[in-house]
Amino acid sequence: MNLLPFTIYLSFAGAVLSLLAGMRSAAMARGVALVTALFCWGITLYAACNFTPARDLQNLVDVAWIPEMGIRYHLAADGISLTLVVLTGLAATAGILFSWNIEERVGEFFAFYLALIGGVYGVFLSADAFLFFVFYEIAIVPKYFLIANWGSTNRQYGAMKLALYSFAGSAMVLVGLLWIYAAGHASGFGLPELARAAATTSHTDQIFIFGLIFTGFAVLAGMFPFHTWAPTGHVAAPTGASMLLAGVVMKLGAYGCLRVAMPLVPGALEFWQPVIAWLAVAGIIYAGLVALVQDDFKFVIGYSSVSHMGFVLLGLAAANPTAVAGAVLQMFSHGVIAGLLFAVVGRMVYERTHTRQLEDLRKLPLHRLMPFACVVFVLAGLASMGMPGFSGFPAELTILIGVWKSSKILAILAASGVLIAAAFTLRAIQVAFFGQANPATPATALHHPYAPVTWPERTGAFLLLAATLVVGLKPDLLLNWIVPSLNSPLMQAVWRGGAQ
Amino acid sequence: MNAVNFSYDLLARGLLPEITLIVGALLVLAYDVIRGRNHTLAERQAIALWIGGIALAAAFYHVVTIGAIGRVYGDSLLIDRLAVAARAGVLVLGMITLGIASGAKRQRHPAEYVAIILFAVTGFTLMSAAQHLLIAFTALELASLSLYVLAGFDKTSRASAEAALKYFLMGSMATAFLLFGFSLIYGVTGEMNLDRIAFVLAHGGVTPLLGLALVMVLVAFGFKAAAAPFHLWAPDAYQGAPTPSAALIASASKLAGFTLFLRLLWPGLGALSGDVSTAGNTGGWLTLLCLISGASLLLGNLAALAQTNIRRLLAYSAIAHTGALLLGVVAAEVAGASPLLFYLMTYGIATAGAFGVIAVLEVNGGCQKITDLAGLSKRSPLLAGCLLVFILSLAGIPPLAGFFGKFTVFAAALKVGGMSGPAGWLTMLAIALSAVALYYYLIVLKQALVQPAAPENSAKIKVPVGAAITLLLAAGLIVVLGICPSLLLGLF
Repeated sequence: MNLLPFTIYLSFAGAVLSLLAGMRSAAMARGVALVTALFCWGITLYAACNFTPARDLQNLVDVAWIPEMGIRYHLAADGISLTLVVLTGLAATAGILFSWNIEERVGEFFAFYLALIGGVYGVFLSADAFLFFVFYEIAIVPKYFLIANWGSTNRQYGAMKLALYSFAGSAMVLVGLLWIYAAGHASGFGLPELARAAATTSHTDQIFIFGLIFTGFAVLAGMFPFHTWAPTGHVAAPTGASMLLAGVVMKLGAYGCLRVAMPLVPGALEFWQPVIAWLAVAGIIYAGLVALVQDDFKFVIGYSSVSHMGFVLLGLAAANPTAVAGAVLQMFSHGVIAGLLFAVVGRMVYERTHTRQLEDLRKLPLHRLMPFACVVFVLAGLASMGMPGFSGFPAELTILIGVWKSSKILAILAASGVLIAAAFTLRAIQVAFFGQANPATPATALHHPYAPVTWPERTGAFLLLAATLVVGLKPDLLLNWIVPSLNSPLMQAVWRGGAQ
Repeated sequence: MNAVNFSYDLLARGLLPEITLIVGALLVLAYDVIRGRNHTLAERQAIALWIGGIALAAAFYHVVTIGAIGRVYGDSLLIDRLAVAARAGVLVLGMITLGIASGAKRQRHPAEYVAIILFAVTGFTLMSAAQHLLIAFTALELASLSLYVLAGFDKTSRASAEAALKYFLMGSMATAFLLFGFSLIYGVTGEMNLDRIAFVLAHGGVTPLLGLALVMVLVAFGFKAAAAPFHLWAPDAYQGAPTPSAALIASASKLAGFTLFLRLLWPGLGALSGDVSTAGNTGGWLTLLCLISGASLLLGNLAALAQTNIRRLLAYSAIAHTGALLLGVVAAEVAGASPLLFYLMTYGIATAGAFGVIAVLEVNGGCQKITDLAGLSKRSPLLAGCLLVFILSLAGIPPLAGFFGKFTVFAAALKVGGMSGPAGWLTMLAIALSAVALYYYLIVLKQALVQPAAPENSAKIKVPVGAAITLLLAAGLIVVLGICPSLLLGLF
């Protein structure tokens, strides 16, 4: 466990190193990035093996940082953060494998990439709200450059939109945190201290504060109607960055809601619960329906991400231990599956066919031309639909069971979202991979016109598929970590607030 | 009042930094007059910069070793920790300016240029310690007159002349306002010393005439700090002035000006502050300050969105930052000067650094439009990296110092009555507008780090050693102060 903070330091060090290595050769930069990511992932797995599930956050580092304002450099982990850092390690490694073919300014690409990863690790391990916020913002800027520099369709627009949405969200969070700090006369930014301070403010204040902080984070989690950055950003991003965006960055938002917004101001939960829940369900269904009619393959996946993240927000809004456990499981599951889907669409298909239009792909019998991509996408699609045996199934099921306890209508509506997910995924599979060859296509085009699948692609796909299968077959692996942490004093306040 | 001490020894000790600076400036001039003709222009500039740099370093050493010795010469100067910090900050910013000048377009009279920079810095250090209306006024005028000359120093450039003239006309008008305000204050209270003015006011010496005096003083403050609606000179001055001059105007002059007015307003006129902690407030200069702050935040951030000239963009961003800094002045009663000073210093370093990058670029193909930055990451990774740090710090992205500056000022401002009063609303506005600001800062960085260079402007840039070291040190300071803000905050 005590090694976990090194994931942060190593990632930032790796960012600098790969920048320097990139001035020499591209291969060196790639190597540095992969080794860094593997090392960090190794640390998280090692910590996971030695993890004894416990109720409270287990301290990793806790030193005074800015004593003038009572701010501490406080890193800590529990089962929830552990789940998410393991996901981060996996997604980062896979993302680097699927970025192996980047040839332009390689050092800079991986420098931004690893800086983003370092920020993400930092967020998941922070136990001080100020520190949390600092890492959260560190993760914003690299995204802009990753997309604006190495992206595709409409990249500068997508990058700017994403950066501004994230930053506007974090500005709301900042207002909320400062409000608690000033109005509650807090002596610092530790989460228990802020929660104590928040409880001293008036109920109206609490409702405003909760709204600001939760909405601010939920923007990054893709909450309807603030989700519009997600599809454009995902589509514009290079494959590795889309995998990170959908895989871990959207989780930052959800994690912020769970870790900061809800425990700090549990008193306002009752007021906001229905609003968030209905917005989440609206997101699930609306994004699903939009995904059903997209022409661009990547937009289908982009909207599906929004739809799946709706389940996470719904689970959080239900605010009971079952639903929240499911939400965390869904964060992991979606991180893996969305990464895989983006990898197939962005790297395997688009980089070879140079089109993402479903109409164009329909004319190519991709199941024969790219059997590997086809198999991976079908498996990932099944996982995404929530097929038993894959991680999506236990996650969404747990959420639905949890939601059923609080509202049957919402559970039924959300379950219909699962059907819509099946519909748009099957449509995408059918049109993109099992289209009919156009008789007019020259026969030569059908004889393996595309570069073969490379080893990084195979390895990355294998890693992600393995993760979704393992968790799908044995969700207890993660739930055993997650469930005990839901009994911590801060979370118990949430259950009380939700049950009022 | 306590016993007044008119010791010349103490005065000489307290003014040692200023004396060092003046001697340094005279040495720069003297050497150039006597030996200048034996050297090329480049050598003359290097010598002048070296002497100037040594003078600044020596003054910095004096400031630190003298420490906070308190009142000097009959309360005319107050060398407290605020003064020490502000003087040290001003000197550091002066050194950065000299470092920038070493890489910027060469002036035809380098010795005079350096000497005037030293005179301006002398004015700034005096402003930071002034406790007497006359000293404050003299120091401000020494600094302002030097800055007018610096703005117009490039005699071959029409823009520079225009910048200087505008700056001079607006600035001297502000001076007139200030003098009028000061004379009213003196006329009403019969005192020139800030402590004694405060004493008189606290004991019921408030008359309606003081309201007029306050408005005069605040108008002058608005001009000097480039706050809306008194900001009109700033974009032109930043655009036309030689780049090191612009850096000095944007950084050190702001630090000294805010320190001076902070002393003038809080201890001096504190009795007239009014109250902005709740919505139904009583009138006073805090209300005016809040209005100016809100106007600056809105105008600066929104007008910056429309800029295509990088210097004008920095000018509007400076106006926006002034708005946030004014919040720091509002909050100084409850939180002390340290948030404001931290913000001022880190803002000064970042903005001077950004001008430093522009200065180097200017020698290598010009830098007026934002698009002139295109391809910077290819042309010079060093400059691009430094610009990234400076601009992100201005935008307030952690872990850079600019973020913590904003954070601590906002946290302080919220302590003035929380969200229920104008101070709280302004903080909300400032934070909301920081999301708007990110847009124009990212536009700058997009050119530098994303766009390819224009073919006619794509040669590699060789950064002069002096400028490279200055920029790296400045960027390093921004990063270090961002990660360990206590290094600076702990000094107060």
